[in-house]
Amino acid sequence: MSIIFNHVSKSYDADTQLKTDALKDVSFKIDDGEFVGLIGHTGSGKSTLVQHMNGLLKPTSGEIYVDGKDIADKEYSLKDLRGKVGLVFQYPEHQLFETTVFEDVCYGPKNLGLEKKEVELRAYEALKQVGIEDDYFYQSPFDLSGGQKRRAAIAGVLAMKPEVLILDEPTAGLDPKGREEILELVSRLHRENNITVILVSHSMDDVADYADRILVMDHGKLVYDDTVHEVFKHVKELEEMGLAIPQVTYMMYDIAAKGVDVSTDITTIDEAVEEIMKVWSK
Amino acid sequence: MSLIRSKALSFEYIRRDEEGNVEGITRAVDNVSLDVQQGDFVAILGHNGSGKSTLAKHINAILHPTEGTVWVDGMDTSDENNLWQVRQTAGMVFQNPDNQIIGQVVEEDVGFGPENLGVPTPEIWQRVEESLKAVGMSEYRNHSPNKLSGGQKQRVSIAGVIAMHPKCIILDEPTAMLDPSGRKEVIRAARALNDVEKITVILITHYMEEVIYAGKVLVMDKGHIKMQGSPREIFSRVEELKELRLAVPQVTLLAHELKKRGLPIPDGILTTYELTEALMKIKRTEG
Repeated sequence: MSIIFNHVSKSYDADTQLKTDALKDVSFKIDDGEFVGLIGHTGSGKSTLVQHMNGLLKPTSGEIYVDGKDIADKEYSLKDLRGKVGLVFQYPEHQLFETTVFEDVCYGPKNLGLEKKEVELRAYEALKQVGIEDDYFYQSPFDLSGGQKRRAAIAGVLAMKPEVLILDEPTAGLDPKGREEILELVSRLHRENNITVILVSHSMDDVADYADRILVMDHGKLVYDDTVHEVFKHVKELEEMGLAIPQVTYMMYDIAAKGVDVSTDITTIDEAVEEIMKVWSK
Repeated sequence: MSLIRSKALSFEYIRRDEEGNVEGITRAVDNVSLDVQQGDFVAILGHNGSGKSTLAKHINAILHPTEGTVWVDGMDTSDENNLWQVRQTAGMVFQNPDNQIIGQVVEEDVGFGPENLGVPTPEIWQRVEESLKAVGMSEYRNHSPNKLSGGQKQRVSIAGVIAMHPKCIILDEPTAMLDPSGRKEVIRAARALNDVEKITVILITHYMEEVIYAGKVLVMDKGHIKMQGSPREIFSRVEELKELRLAVPQVTLLAHELKKRGLPIPDGILTTYELTEALMKIKRTEG
């Protein structure tokens, strides 16, 4: 399922003195099955951007096409759209509310108007996908650990069987292992179920490890839209925007600055190990 | 002199069902003895649910021990009479800056703490000025907090705490919601408070890179202090940390991987500078 933004702009409080332009003439296309990282400083417009993708916000100007259809059309069903484009908000566990984990995960598919059996089947599958054991199904979601709550909340979105999964800083506040578990889960869904993933993150290391392509937002503008390697070549510009490059990339620049002939086009630990071993075993 | 001390501190959360019957007891902190000296910079690591925040909340008397005792600057935190004095001695900054800022203007927000302490007005202004300067936010004193970035808001929160002239500041995951430069700003501010103002800093974080500046690292697991030592000692134990659901900074991991492949690199590399130096040394001895 492709998503196209065609000159999308969004202003908040447009008719007042407090007008803020959250999105300024943003255009891009995301194809079926891509894994896209979305980065930008706080307030750069990332969350505003993703909330347009499932119709939670409407553009002030410009069009958004999902699967070739303009989602602003009167006939277009936003309900269907929200089934297809799943959005996991920041701190999604704050939205857990049912009495049991299982009930909570059922909430989404139930609202899609599916039959009870189908709802429960989907909830079961989704909980299995995120790695929550049967023992926890009938416990209160509030008795789960931080990482489990986060995964239960993600299961609630997966149970809608989205074709596109958008995650807004899904690893914030989790311990390193918890971060890895969430990212591995997302990566597996992408590989095995061919779900298109849009990952909003403040961790350059995570984006470098998992995404194929990066969109960079700065003050409401889309400033870069390129492969991971190309985007992280803009060291100075990214730093000026309040961002950074992966720590290993900095490392390679430091080594190169010593006059060693190493590639700086490195964004992951594995690549760095390989490159350093190549140069150092000569 | 020891500023924060705990002896055999344990804390239990009691879970109750709807009728109020006890369903279960969770021992969040289990027999922790701690000794933090005036002027220390201590980092606390641990997976979600390991008891870090519960421990931290004892230091400014938000929670009281189920067993054992906590002393802050010699005061027993369980003694009601010490409550305000304890909170003034040990200030706390939380994860979400939006939940901590109440003023309409930055300087007003920072002045809120000392005002509540009954500090005379001229001194409040003086404290506001000093505190904002300490976190590098002086030029924003007349701004609305709503318009600030996450890192700036968090620095205002820190200024609000230091305006109360605490001896110790506890930062509970202060960077979890910030972008890379916001994270850098907050950590730089925390280091400056420790270096320049000699304020004792206790930093709880899930970002391993932020820990390398600490004098001492405590690693918690199941309510216990499982490991303690300098950042270099702690981050030399890569495999143990992994078992505790933790990690090491990317550079440390890179050094560890290179060492496994046979490059003679010392343990406990913490910065890109150190790894570059180690690699260049190999080049020199070979060349």
